[in-house]
Amino acid sequence: MNNNRDYWKANLRLLGILLSIWFIVSFGFGILLVDQLNQIPFFGFKLGFWWAQQGSIYVFVILIFAYIHLMQKLDRKFGVSDEDDTAASEAANKEDA
Amino acid sequence: MDAQALTYLFVALSFSLYIGIAIWSRAGSTNEFYVAGGGVHPIANGMATAADWMSAASFISMAGIIAFMGYDGAVYLMGWTGGYVILALLLAPYLRKFGQFTVPDFIGTRYYSTTARVVAVICLILISFTYVAGQMRGVGIVFSQFLNIPIFWGVIVGMAIVFMYAVLGGMKGITYTQVAQYCVLIFAYLVPAIFISMLVTGMPIPQIGLGAEVADGSGLSVLDKLDQTLTELGFAAYTEGAKSTIDVFAITMALMIGTAGLPHVIVRFFTVPKVSDARKSAGYALIFIALLYTTAPAVGAFARLNFVDTVHNTQYTDVAGWFKSWENIGLIGWEDKNNDGRIQYHPGAPFEGKPTFGPERRADGSRDVLNTPTSSENEVYVDRDIMVLANPEIAALPDWVIALVAAGSLAAALSTAAGLLLVISTSVSHDLMKKTFAKGLTDRQELFYARLAAVTAIGIAGYLGIDPPGFVAQVVAFAFGLAAASLFPAILLGIFDKRMNREGAITGMLAGLIFSLAYIAYFKFVSPETNSAEYWLFGISPEGIGTVGAVINFTLALVISRCTGPVPEEVTKLVDNIRIPSGVGQAQDH
Repeated sequence: MNNNRDYWKANLRLLGILLSIWFIVSFGFGILLVDQLNQIPFFGFKLGFWWAQQGSIYVFVILIFAYIHLMQKLDRKFGVSDEDDTAASEAANKEDA
Repeated sequence: MDAQALTYLFVALSFSLYIGIAIWSRAGSTNEFYVAGGGVHPIANGMATAADWMSAASFISMAGIIAFMGYDGAVYLMGWTGGYVILALLLAPYLRKFGQFTVPDFIGTRYYSTTARVVAVICLILISFTYVAGQMRGVGIVFSQFLNIPIFWGVIVGMAIVFMYAVLGGMKGITYTQVAQYCVLIFAYLVPAIFISMLVTGMPIPQIGLGAEVADGSGLSVLDKLDQTLTELGFAAYTEGAKSTIDVFAITMALMIGTAGLPHVIVRFFTVPKVSDARKSAGYALIFIALLYTTAPAVGAFARLNFVDTVHNTQYTDVAGWFKSWENIGLIGWEDKNNDGRIQYHPGAPFEGKPTFGPERRADGSRDVLNTPTSSENEVYVDRDIMVLANPEIAALPDWVIALVAAGSLAAALSTAAGLLLVISTSVSHDLMKKTFAKGLTDRQELFYARLAAVTAIGIAGYLGIDPPGFVAQVVAFAFGLAAASLFPAILLGIFDKRMNREGAITGMLAGLIFSLAYIAYFKFVSPETNSAEYWLFGISPEGIGTVGAVINFTLALVISRCTGPVPEEVTKLVDNIRIPSGVGQAQDH
């Protein structure tokens, strides 16, 4: 049970970090700081405009894949990974078909 | 072959593909009907989710909206992609571990209450119907513009196709058709975008082309040229917004958490085998979505530039054919206020309301607009929904590209409509019939009711598409606000707050839903003349009010849950269980 509680805490810490980045790039760079960042040119864009219409979306994709990777490590470390469940769910699928 | 024959060919080919897949993947059990047997590969599920998600609004309207809103268009770009981060990190893995069929399933079980389940069903049906009516309308517009079929018959054909694969195939049929539809729609979106980016800047990648120099020897970048051209005509600069910061913030937030709370998106994560697969398919879905969403701002900017170039100060008799063909179906209107025979394009409405035309043509062949002209210099009315559809014609691209865009927009509208109809029928047959009012149903009977509900839902959606009550189009955008204010907080708290109980969740959902509905109804229907920033609560428009609704929902739920009874022990165990990825079963009836 303690193991599960520690796993959940580690999970919440990871979520906190990733969601902070999510907030900073979209609401921070793209909305709240857009006027300041627009003073900076960036490959033909104004930087604030680029964050709002391009950059934030790229970061969103990276964030989800970082989450997938880091959670997999976390799952293994705490022994709660679902990798061994494959056999069970495949068997269940066959039964169903 | 001309453009119309090619369009018929492309649409017929894509439709036979969808029907073929529907027959191949017919559903035999409720499990297959509801969640495709729970065995869909994450990449396939990612594609299906992307097609499900990107509706007629994303495909047809979004780039046009961005073209006319400039920077403010970012609310849609960030709102409709950022929601996937929330979904992947906070909801999808846990809901997959929970492992039942529907969103009301989760809410009903987690809050140990039939009332909670029924409230969730009501939220779901309200959200999904407002959304689906817009899709059928999109199908109708494409048919009437490209195939010269009346909107009525266009919608009927669309209904028949959706009927084929949604009613026969259920989630299984829908999933595999959506994979095909994703391929069609993304190809149809990228091809013209690449063409136009090449034409305007010489750079084939639109995302980079948006920042590149215009290939006209001026040495200006696309965005600088747009800013310059538009400010000369009296518009605001393209890269600067007109909305207030708080409104942009609230709308973006409402769209993000609304996305994460949309039932037809959430249910997609019940179809994969494992928790880790649910995480992965959210990632793949966002890649597939980002492909279109990072292209859209480029399409919007190029379209605006091309539009000004070809229209402003052009003699009506010399203007390109697309201008006249869209004028013919009433989505463009021109009033020659200064009688110089040229089209002048400036900010402001050219005349009051949408154009109505007299029966006679003017001497130069243009249609006679009957509306009262305004005092602004602007002479052109443009419906912004035409930008993506007209774009290939504006840029004079080959006929097959135009045909491709028609097939792509149909794919976008049909895939979303099918996904929505499925969640409506599932929640009726599963949550209302089996779990609430007719508990003894067998699997077979339940499947029959699911199909019956799907047929009824298609009928209603079709009716709304053919004969939309004036408010439907406006309300579509509000589906997000409603989802944000009602379902999202209840699901999130159900996972992350063990002490959240029945009383808190139900009060929160109802308060959030009623508050947002009332606010939207007040400014859109009761008192539309006061719909401006000075009357809005905190300066937040009805589009963004879902954010406030969500805050109300969270606050009430937390306060009330702390003052009322504890959560039963088996529910605490359930929450402990969904927080751990291992030991997942198939999505099934418990």
